[in-house]
Amino acid sequence: MANPKLILIETLCTHYKIEVSFIDSLSELGLIELYTVEEIQYLPEEKLSLLEKMIRIHQDLQINPEGIDVIFRLLDKVETLNKELQEARRKLKELGVKEDESF
Amino acid sequence: MDFIDYYQTLGIPKDATEADVKKAYRKLARKYHPDVNPDDKEADRKFKEINEANEVLSNSEKRKQYDKYGKDWKHAEQFEQRDSGGYTYRQRPDTGDFGGGFSESDYSDFFESMFGSSGGGFSQGGRRAKFRGQDYHAELHLNLRDAYRTHQQVLTVNGEKIRLTIAAGIADGQTIKIKGKGGKGVNGGPDGDLYIKFHLENDTAFQREGDQLFATVDLDLYTAILGGEIVAETFDGKVKLKVPSETQSGTKVRLKGKGFPRYKMEGEFGDLILTYAVKNPTNLSEAEKQLFEQLRKLRHHGKS
Repeated sequence: MANPKLILIETLCTHYKIEVSFIDSLSELGLIELYTVEEIQYLPEEKLSLLEKMIRIHQDLQINPEGIDVIFRLLDKVETLNKELQEARRKLKELGVKEDESF
Repeated sequence: MDFIDYYQTLGIPKDATEADVKKAYRKLARKYHPDVNPDDKEADRKFKEINEANEVLSNSEKRKQYDKYGKDWKHAEQFEQRDSGGYTYRQRPDTGDFGGGFSESDYSDFFESMFGSSGGGFSQGGRRAKFRGQDYHAELHLNLRDAYRTHQQVLTVNGEKIRLTIAAGIADGQTIKIKGKGGKGVNGGPDGDLYIKFHLENDTAFQREGDQLFATVDLDLYTAILGGEIVAETFDGKVKLKVPSETQSGTKVRLKGKGFPRYKMEGEFGDLILTYAVKNPTNLSEAEKQLFEQLRKLRHHGKS
């Protein structure tokens, strides 16, 4: 497998006007995984949109990394529940169709 | 074009202070921010509205201008003539002809005619555009039958043709990411991604659950009682089935590998589960009725 494209954390902080400590906190909470090459930290490019989402939540809504952790967990839960709801609705719909057909 | 009451959008009085505006905006932003309301178009719309309201009311110059002309908005023509040249009129960007769910302008016509569309104060787009292209979100409707085979579709996204290979077995509600087909990156940043969410319409008599398919097969009374051979429909053709004698209504049979393809597992299929529904004969002739009577007597006699 090819090595992922890496973005220097410092570059990210400059571009998005964020503190390095913010990235460190996200990493400590396990919300993002950083690569360390010769003691310099990088973010894989494929994780950039995930980090951007966390930055937006942090800057737009003034939410700290712990809050972001909670939000992400709840969003995961909402997604799972939504899938289950969709599946249940689909099953109900099919049951309804079946009844119509047999009468 | 309708007048927009930005004070009402933020739920604040006309004499609200700068701090009130900020507080009201932040409260609503927490509620409607698209990152905490995924796939919620209503929240997305509200978020754009409150951003627009905030952009005007939190900027003292814009607020002054809005307060001054906003009241006379019904006399828009006079207003436009009076101030001709002072404002920029810009057309909304071309939204392309696919899906229609993205690239909508972030501002209302009302805002653009008053302030131009240069704004750039949104968190969405504004900051991101400096570095990475915007992600596009689109929806694609497929028939269940189309999802059965790997096939290609050519989509037009913002004027660019994209050939998309849709692997067999894609699920309803599944989203795929097409890297680099979103908005163009700026200042050497990477392009955004295109996300396509699939909506499957079931145009068949089969019910699908993951890679399993379910269907009901009618069985005439005589085959159910005496056994025999029937022809049943599967998703890709007919199969002959042996029905054992004394088969009850509701009996299920599993046809291995006759279900739906497993996503991205070429050549692998789930099972088809058929449920027999025994159909009793109707419009019986006198002779048939008599024979059934005989059968009944025989059965009762045999039991006692």
